[in-house]
Amino acid sequence: MDWDWQFAREITPILLQGLKVTLIATILGAAVAAVLGLVFALLRRSSNRVVARTAGFLVQFIRGTPLLVQLYFIFYVLPDIGIRLPALAAGVIGMGLHYATYAAEVYRGGIEAVARGQWEAARATNLTMRQTWTHVILPQALPPMIPALANYLLAMFKETPLLSAITVLEMMNQAKSVANSTYRYVEPMTLVGVFFLIISLISVAGLRWLERRYGRRT
Amino acid sequence: MGDWTGYLLLILDGAWVTVRLTVMGCALALVVAFIAGLGRIAPWAPVRWLATAYIEIFRGTSIFVQLFWIYFVLPLTGVALTPMQAGVLALGLNVGAYGAEVVRGAILAVPRDQYEATVALNLTGWQRLRHVILPQALPLMLPTFGNNAIELLKATAVVSLISLSDMTFQAQIVRSQTGNTILPFVTILVIYFALSLLIAAIMGRIERRVTRGLDGVR
Repeated sequence: MDWDWQFAREITPILLQGLKVTLIATILGAAVAAVLGLVFALLRRSSNRVVARTAGFLVQFIRGTPLLVQLYFIFYVLPDIGIRLPALAAGVIGMGLHYATYAAEVYRGGIEAVARGQWEAARATNLTMRQTWTHVILPQALPPMIPALANYLLAMFKETPLLSAITVLEMMNQAKSVANSTYRYVEPMTLVGVFFLIISLISVAGLRWLERRYGRRT
Repeated sequence: MGDWTGYLLLILDGAWVTVRLTVMGCALALVVAFIAGLGRIAPWAPVRWLATAYIEIFRGTSIFVQLFWIYFVLPLTGVALTPMQAGVLALGLNVGAYGAEVVRGAILAVPRDQYEATVALNLTGWQRLRHVILPQALPLMLPTFGNNAIELLKATAVVSLISLSDMTFQAQIVRSQTGNTILPFVTILVIYFALSLLIAAIMGRIERRVTRGLDGVR
C-alpha cells in the first residue's frame, strides 16, 4: 500500500466541497430533529390515550429500524405517491425524523426530571400554564438536556455518509466518485476517515465543556 | 403481483444474512468490548493508550466509512476479505468500541471497597475479576448492551452498500425488478422492527437471569 501525498492534496478540495454538504445536511437535519422531537415528546404526554400510544409506537418503530432503509423509503416510495423531493431534502427529513425519536426521549427525560414540587409551587403561586412552562419548568429542564442533544448531533453528523446511498453528493459520495474514476481507494477513503475523526474529536472536546457547563449537578 | 411469494422468499433469504451478520457481529463486539474496556483500565500505560486510540478512532468515524475502509483499502495491504467477513469485522469493531466504554463504566462503578476486599483476601487478578468484580458489573452493563445490539442490527443495513445480499440489498433488487417500492420496503421495515423487538426480549431474559439473587442488594 503506497500513500501518494500529491494525489491526496489534489483531491482535498473536492472532499472539502463534500464536507460542506455534509455540514449543511447535519445542521438542517438537527433543526428538523429538534422540532419533530418536541412534537413527539408532547404527543406522548398527550392526555388522549390513543394519541399517546400511537406516538409511542411510532417512536419505537423508527428507533428499531435502520436509518438507511428509512432513507430509501422516503427517497423511493414518496415519489410514487406524488411527493417529489430533491435528494438532500429527502435525506434531511429522513435523518431528522430518525433522530427526532432520540431527541424526544431526551425532552421527556428532561421534563420529567423537574421535581414535582416545582409544578405544585407554580400552581400554589397561581401561575398560568404558560407562565409555569416558560418561567419554571423549561429554565430548569433545558440546560441538562443540552449535552445529551449535542451528543446526538454528533451521532447524526457521523451518519451523514448514508446520504450517499440516496445520491446526495456529500463527502463520502465525493470520495467514492474520486475512487471510482481514479481506481485509488487508499487516499480518498482514509482522508474521509481523518476528516470525520478530526471533527469528532474537536466536537467531543466541546461536548465535555457543555457537560461541565450545563450537566446535571448531582 | 402473483410472483410476490418468490420475492418474499428473496427478502427472507436476505433476512437470514442479516440475522447471521447480527449474531456474528454481536459476538465479535462482545469480545472486543471486554478486551478494550479492560485495556482502558489496565495498569500498563501503553495498553491504555492502545485501547483509547482504538475506541476514539472507531467512535469518531462512522460505521459506513469503516466498512468501506476495511473492504476497499485493507485488501491493498494484502488482507483480502469477503464482503461477509468485512461486514462482521466492521460491525464488531464499531459496536465493540461503544461496548468498551460500557464495560469500563460498569467495572469502575463497582464500589472500591470490593477491590480492597479482594486484595485483603489475596485473590489473584483473574480471581478478583471472575468472582467479585464481573458478577457485580455485568448487571450494570446489560441494559446498554441490549441497546448496542439493536444499534448493531440497524447498522447491518449498511453492508448492502458493499453488495452483500442482506435484507436491504434484496429489497433494492425487488424494487429494481418489479418497480414496486412500497411492498419491499414496508416488508423489510416490519422484519427489522420484529428483529429489534426479539433482541430486546432476549436481552430482557438474560438480564433477569443475571440479576437473579441480587434483589435487595441494589
